[in-house]
Amino acid sequence: MSVRESQAEGTAVPQNGSATKTPPPAPRRRTSAWANTRTALSNSPATPVYGALLGVFVLAWIIVTIDGGTFVTVDNIVGMLQRSVALGIVSAGQTVVILAGSLDLSVSYVISLSSLLAAETMEGQTSNMIPAILAVLALGVIVGLGNGLIITKLRVNAFIATLGTGLIIKGYMDDRYNGPAGSIPDTFEDLGYRRFGVIPLSVFLLLLVVVVIYLLLRYTRFGFRLYAVGGDEEVSRLSGVRTHRTIIAAHVVCSICAVLTGLFLASRLGSGTPTVGQEGGYDLESIAAVVLGGTALAGGRGGVLGTIGGVFILAVLDNTFNQLEVNAFLKDVVRGFIIIAAVAVYARRTGTGRRATA
Amino acid sequence: MSTATADRFEAPASSRAERLRKALIGTAPIFLVLIVLLVWITIVNPNFVEPPVFLAFLKRAAPLVILAAGQYFVIVSGEFDLSVGSLVTVVVVVAARLIDGDSGNTWPVIALLLAMGAAVGLVNGLITTRLRVPSFITTLGMLLILSGAVFLWTGGAPRGALADNFREIGRLGIEDFPVLEQLPYSVMIMLVLGAGAIVLMRAGWGRRLLALGDNEQAARLSGVRVENMRTVAFILSGLSAAVAGILLGGFAGVSAQVGQGMEFEAITAVVLGGVALGGGRGTVLAAMAGALTLEALFTLLNLQGVSGALEDTVQGIIIIAAVAFASYRLRGAR
Repeated sequence: MSVRESQAEGTAVPQNGSATKTPPPAPRRRTSAWANTRTALSNSPATPVYGALLGVFVLAWIIVTIDGGTFVTVDNIVGMLQRSVALGIVSAGQTVVILAGSLDLSVSYVISLSSLLAAETMEGQTSNMIPAILAVLALGVIVGLGNGLIITKLRVNAFIATLGTGLIIKGYMDDRYNGPAGSIPDTFEDLGYRRFGVIPLSVFLLLLVVVVIYLLLRYTRFGFRLYAVGGDEEVSRLSGVRTHRTIIAAHVVCSICAVLTGLFLASRLGSGTPTVGQEGGYDLESIAAVVLGGTALAGGRGGVLGTIGGVFILAVLDNTFNQLEVNAFLKDVVRGFIIIAAVAVYARRTGTGRRATA
Repeated sequence: MSTATADRFEAPASSRAERLRKALIGTAPIFLVLIVLLVWITIVNPNFVEPPVFLAFLKRAAPLVILAAGQYFVIVSGEFDLSVGSLVTVVVVVAARLIDGDSGNTWPVIALLLAMGAAVGLVNGLITTRLRVPSFITTLGMLLILSGAVFLWTGGAPRGALADNFREIGRLGIEDFPVLEQLPYSVMIMLVLGAGAIVLMRAGWGRRLLALGDNEQAARLSGVRVENMRTVAFILSGLSAAVAGILLGGFAGVSAQVGQGMEFEAITAVVLGGVALGGGRGTVLAAMAGALTLEALFTLLNLQGVSGALEDTVQGIIIIAAVAFASYRLRGAR
């Protein structure tokens, strides 16, 4: 009896409070929303990345200014953004596979092959643009399916599987092509060169890819499953996630991002080139960007926003080195140091220090 | 009572037989593949079985075999070493610049190169274990640093020259050897280092390394010094890259591309040998056999007149097929 009374009272109290409703909950909700944002910010793996980006940016600004150059101009910043497009798109895709606990070393060859396929299908004809884009997207789906199926159904380690498919594509290209092939119609070159005001069209392409992948990771079942599978494949399998499908889908997304990069590079170069992917070093560079962006190489933690932060850090460094006319070899040395140092800081910060066994 | 004693006596015997059987199953496929490839090469080119020709093949394979043995230690402990390819290049380029054609410099420089290999391994190991950076990133960063630093030092292209007595290690051997005509030094080095690696893996250290690769937590709880052992594994890998670089410098000469892609070749060789990426499984003998198999495959593709370009395609297909086969077998055995 007394229990029920106190229960009744217990429920009554907030109701009494809500009788004088309007003022109290509103501020409380506001603070909790702020608290939520704050915890989300401090927990998000992307936050330290943008902190680092800001630090690198300010440092670069100071150094370049002391050196007598100009750093913060519209042209220079837009230039950095444009340089980030190709690496940004590949790395966004690479993020998806790494989150799933996999990785893709074949992207640079896929980029080259898609640039060739696009340029050869278009052959300078504007009317061939749509078929070429469809063909290139189909190539992405096929390679992604291939990678995913080899990894899941044949149980080949992702490192070896994608290294193998990369070699297969490389051999095919080396055998068939001796240099640039095909040509891109002027209309399609717009993708690489058109500007809206000061912003290049290609930056919107990067933005589109990032937003789509962000939404995919954040708000879809596929996204949730991806994090689950990357966190622990066995546990998610036992909880009823179709882990194989998730991993295959992740690889399809990654390869589609790679072929989009190929399309973009083809539009910049005006033709397809069998070496454009390897020369950009997009395989290891994209993995470095993802890891710089705070995504765990072992999978399950991180996100695409951090990755883009990582890409921008690399772009700022590159721009600074160019302005200072730093020796190309010294550039590599500094880049190596920064990648290791950044990841060491993240490892310290998260404290768990998960190792990659992928 | 009597059955119990019989059981007790039989148990170890059967378990030893079991172990032998498992060891054979574990390593047999790669030897089978190797033998098939060697026989195939012999059919295409009957000269291949003549000792000098076969030794020339082994001589060509020696650097990769040594590199694979070093990479094996790192992989079996659950890590990667992507820096070995650029380390090989660094060794060759540094040797050329420091020796500069003067044979008196050879031995001190070789000592320096070995120390450098060990130092690179030590740094890789310390960053990976103490700073908890995934080894993929550590050694990727090291790859950038090494290849950048060496050409920064030499100004973009290799300079200097190797002395003749340095080059002899990779290309010559003991002459007038019975039957074989010539016993190459590189093959001897490969055999000695290979035997050393096998002995090491059979000793307590090797067993602990396998244990920590299989289950780090369990190994740590049973008193294995995980960090120290992994660091030593990286040092061994760095040393093997230094030795491979010394042999390759003699065999192939000085170039900026000498070690290019060798990290992937070494990892491929180890995985072909049935060693699991992620650690804890596989033998060093099989890893070295994997390297020989890869080299035999290249030889065969050459003989078959497969264009150099398509070689990559065939290599890719075979790697995937071999690993798929190995994991299929592993599932069947379970």
